[in-house]
Amino acid sequence: MPVFKDGLPCNRDAHEDLIRKLRELLPPEAVLTDKEDLRPFECDGLSVYRRLPLVVVLPETIAQVQAIMRFCHALQVPVVARGAGTGLSGGALPLSDGVLLSLAKFKRILHIDPENAMATLQPGVRNLAISDAAAAYGLYYAPDPSSQIACTIGGNVAENSGGVHCLKYGLTVHNILMLKVVTMEGELLTIGAETLDSPGYDLLALMAGSEGMLAVIVEVTVKLLAKPERAQVLLAAFDDVYKAGEAVGAIIAAGIIPAGLEMMDKVAIHASEDYAHAGYPRDAEAILLCELDGTNAEVSEHIMKVREILHQGGATEVRTAANEAERQLFWKGRKSAFPAVGRISPDYYCMDGTIPRRQLPHVLRQISLWSEEYGLPVANVFHAGDGNLHPLILFDANKEGELVRTEEFGQRILQLCVEVGGSITGEHGVGMEKINQMCIQFKAPELIQFHAVKAAFDPAGLLNPGKAVPTLQRCAEFGAMHVHHGQLPHAELERF
Amino acid sequence: MLERDISETLQQQVHNAVVNGAPLKIEGGNSKTFLGRETHGEILDVSGHRGIVEHDPRELVLTARSGTPLKEIEAALAEAGQMLAFEPPHFGDNATLGGTIACGLSGPRRPFCGSARDFVLGCKLLNGKGEILRFGGQVIKNVAGYDVSRLMVGAYGTLGVLLEISLKVLPRPAASHTLIQECTQAEAISKMSRLLSQPMPVDAACYHAGHCYVRLSGSEQAVKHAHEHLGGEVIEKSEPFWHALREHHLPFFGSANPLYRVMVKPAVPPLEIAGEWLLDWGGAQRWLVSDEPVAVIRERVATVGGHVTQFRGSENNGEIFQPLAAPVLVIHQRLKASFDPHGIFNRGRIYANL
Ligand SMILES: Cc1cc2nc3c(=O)[nH]c(=O)nc-3n(C[C@H](O)[C@H](O)[C@H](O)COP(=O)(O)OP(=O)(O)OC[C@H]3O[C@@H](n4cnc5c(N)ncnc54)[C@H](O)[C@@H]3O)c2cc1C
Repeated sequence: MPVFKDGLPCNRDAHEDLIRKLRELLPPEAVLTDKEDLRPFECDGLSVYRRLPLVVVLPETIAQVQAIMRFCHALQVPVVARGAGTGLSGGALPLSDGVLLSLAKFKRILHIDPENAMATLQPGVRNLAISDAAAAYGLYYAPDPSSQIACTIGGNVAENSGGVHCLKYGLTVHNILMLKVVTMEGELLTIGAETLDSPGYDLLALMAGSEGMLAVIVEVTVKLLAKPERAQVLLAAFDDVYKAGEAVGAIIAAGIIPAGLEMMDKVAIHASEDYAHAGYPRDAEAILLCELDGTNAEVSEHIMKVREILHQGGATEVRTAANEAERQLFWKGRKSAFPAVGRISPDYYCMDGTIPRRQLPHVLRQISLWSEEYGLPVANVFHAGDGNLHPLILFDANKEGELVRTEEFGQRILQLCVEVGGSITGEHGVGMEKINQMCIQFKAPELIQFHAVKAAFDPAGLLNPGKAVPTLQRCAEFGAMHVHHGQLPHAELERF
Repeated sequence: MLERDISETLQQQVHNAVVNGAPLKIEGGNSKTFLGRETHGEILDVSGHRGIVEHDPRELVLTARSGTPLKEIEAALAEAGQMLAFEPPHFGDNATLGGTIACGLSGPRRPFCGSARDFVLGCKLLNGKGEILRFGGQVIKNVAGYDVSRLMVGAYGTLGVLLEISLKVLPRPAASHTLIQECTQAEAISKMSRLLSQPMPVDAACYHAGHCYVRLSGSEQAVKHAHEHLGGEVIEKSEPFWHALREHHLPFFGSANPLYRVMVKPAVPPLEIAGEWLLDWGGAQRWLVSDEPVAVIRERVATVGGHVTQFRGSENNGEIFQPLAAPVLVIHQRLKASFDPHGIFNRGRIYANL
């Protein structure tokens, strides 16, 4: 289990003072300090990292958030924002001398504007609730992370979350218009606009994926899309993972952009099938799920084409969902892949690297070699259309040394992703988890630039400190700087 | 096709500028100098830094040096049956990729397919300390670090010199038809706004000179069906119309009065501001030719939550872009200082104090 060192020395008097002041700002039930009350906030979806915060606050108005922030800024107390806590990189991991600011009470849908196809939401609104509310107008919110029943729109913006439909419809950054945010200094800013663009720098792009490091999101305006007339999904089975990978490229080369294009390997197929009974072929080495959407006519035309491509690519079987229920079932198998794998192994570690698609065979081969070397099985779930891998490493944290080996294995996978031209994270964020791997992907001047971007929003460095961007000191300790430079670069520079 | 990497020369020029405290004016094809505020300084000519670095059609990604002519990129994509889906305006024969991205310009497809910024995946950047930095990458999904590459889009070169840009590209639609219908501006607005909540293969919609134009794109079948559903006359060979709209070649844009770009929510009813109107982006981007003072226009547009750019024909040292709220401006200034601490790049191009 990782060990944490906190920034500020523990100071009891200061802490009591802080809590008393917070109670003046907020109603009693909105300030939690008892251990049992703090427990649910000790970790996010990456539960190997745990830590109790000093205090949890649950404001319900923007003015309260501003007051909390101003006050923490004045006292130099760090703040970590939290949505639903489904994040998979430890982004919402609390600080033991800091305030955990939960947006859980901000769960109202403020406005749905069907004429302009947009919706304004409080940050704690659940992702799926948006599409549910928009359905009455024939509209929906496109990004659909598998965690969509639980995760919040605020968390989605902070992580720039994707979903199985992001190849065609984009990530969160492509589907938001405007944010209201509160800075660490307590200033309320409007970023973006209800119009398709806004004057000045594109701060909206910076906020997307900022992992709660730049400002607290207190309102989100999203774009809604017309529900396609028809969506149809094809399931193709392959006796070879690499053939499945090739077929992905062939579909795209034919000029078709599927709404979703997902791949699962044998281990994942079996786990999902046992859990969701989606009817996946158990004898396949890999399956592809290819969703086509659009007008009726277009979908029919594309289904024909894609079927042909899949057969030519060596698919042993191609099924078209017979009806909407079967389509939902095919997706259920995929969307429940994580919990399904959770049932077959005491623990699993979900990786989130991205690669250029053509590198897929090479990367999968290497992963399976390492899997043997480490004696740790891997289930591969893959947003194949956009090159986002989710190898799930199966392990048992109770077995001596397995977590350490798992982390080492994971680290090698991410390093490989960077080497072949990809990234250490496609959608889950860096958080606490991949902070060392940032030293592999970025050079010192780039990291310095990131710190400067943070400082532009949060000069005091009090918002979610220590996450997402490593200090140069940390990289030096991690020993990865030499990957780029042979020696520690910029020895003359201040270490963050 | 010319291929040349002159990043070292550019880097040297930036170093010199820092040493001499002399500002630089970044120039690609010089096609968009008319946009934004006037800026002074020694010219940093990026047009020699050119060539497509990588384009693998199966990956849907293209990487090119910033000085590469836009038409060269479009030709290479067309050969692979692909396109830049944000349909960028060139505003001149020499338009480069770098200028297009720095100005963040998108054409008629924008409301339906996304903007220039939406398609940027990564960039190589020369900052104001003369350092070459890389952000983002050549993969479609990447959330490692802040999204600095998209921050560059629309920053008009005030944060750094774009050296290389990676973009997501898309297949060209198999078929495309344009429907035209006579109507009033108000009718066009409600017709276009209804399209937003209908699952139609629309990829452009505008209102011009008493007519609403809707472009349908997609598979043959989809386009045919949508046409039957929506009705209206088909214009044969509509390509030149959309091209002229995108490039501001329609006679509307030739007026002697200043041209304003008015951004509003698409369903906002016709605005009562004296002048001529042309509505693009399904009503979300409205072009206004008017001799009303800009303050009057901005005040009126602000009441419906919109903003206004003085696009052409205004004094080029005034408030060309909508002024920012004070706390947002502070963040802009800090960001500028962090990328360009000596303030050498395109001083004042978007706001006087940036
Ligand atoms: C089973 C499972 C499946 C998943 N599938 C996907 C998937 O398909 N795609 C995907 O992208 N992700 C997926 N995730 C990851 C996770 O659901 C997303 O990252 C999600 O966006 C997190 O939202 P949240 O509300 O839970 O945020 P949290 O976990 O609470 O917080 C995440 C980060 O955002 C910050 N934050 C939260 N709210 C705010 C706010 N209002 N203002 C500022 N910062 C804030 C936090 O500080 C933290 O850094 C999955 C997770 C699980 C457990």
